[in-house]
Amino acid sequence: MGGYAAFVWPAYAVTFAVIGLNVYWAQRALARARRDAQRRLAARGEAA
Amino acid sequence: MTWTWFHRLASPPHVYALAARLTPWFAWSAGVCIGVALYGALLLAPPDYQQGDGVRIMYVHVPSAWMSLMVYTTMASAAAVGLIWRMKVAHAAAASCAPIGASFTVAALVTGSLWGKPMWGTYWEWDPRLTSELILLFLYLGYMGLRAAIDDPQRADRASAVLAIVGIVNVPIIHYSVVWWNSLHQAPSVMRLAKPALPLSMLAPLLLMLLGFTLFFGAVLLVRLRGEVLNRERTASWIREVVSA
Repeated sequence: MGGYAAFVWPAYAVTFAVIGLNVYWAQRALARARRDAQRRLAARGEAA
Repeated sequence: MTWTWFHRLASPPHVYALAARLTPWFAWSAGVCIGVALYGALLLAPPDYQQGDGVRIMYVHVPSAWMSLMVYTTMASAAAVGLIWRMKVAHAAAASCAPIGASFTVAALVTGSLWGKPMWGTYWEWDPRLTSELILLFLYLGYMGLRAAIDDPQRADRASAVLAIVGIVNVPIIHYSVVWWNSLHQAPSVMRLAKPALPLSMLAPLLLMLLGFTLFFGAVLLVRLRGEVLNRERTASWIREVVSA
């Protein structure tokens, strides 16, 4: 990297960490919403 | 022109099903674009004649900065639609945008600092571009904080929508800050009216990375939107079919 490795690789690491975290956070939010919905339905006696 | 498609976007079950169908297309397209762009950015693109290999930071910094502005514009537009047409799904879309935009604003600021140190000799300068981008991060955080602080979802939607719409004034300020004021930051080299200032060997991976990040935003937004819709449609009958599937 011509002497710039200490700056280039951390920049890529941060960016791809943000990409990975966005995937994880989004899937976790959807899974939690589904669980909450199932719990609400179960409480109303309409469990799947 | 028919507006049926627009009216159907107001229907939570329709939007939920559409988002589920579209997500894999966005995700796979984003993965291919980002993978090919990464190969081009790290292996094919030449080093800059002044910045050497340090210029390779551009291929992640510029798309992150683009995301920070594009996601905010999308969020404010969705908030305006929600406020004007009282469309719940639009408020859900706006709320889904905020964490995505905030995280990419952090990425833009960090990668910019990492690019600034070897080029300008400092990680941070209270320069118009950097300062206005930092304000954008505070707008995202303010939007999310305001939503979290209000218990009534409808009031939270309206109050946060007003903040998002008012904050849109910062987007052109960020873009034109390097033109309007003396700035350490370079002038636009891709998003300008004249021909891009980059050679094709550098421009192609950069544009592909921009497309990949944009498609990635689409994929993550659609997943988050499904969660938001489920949370809002608490008592709707269609939820039963969706969560049992």
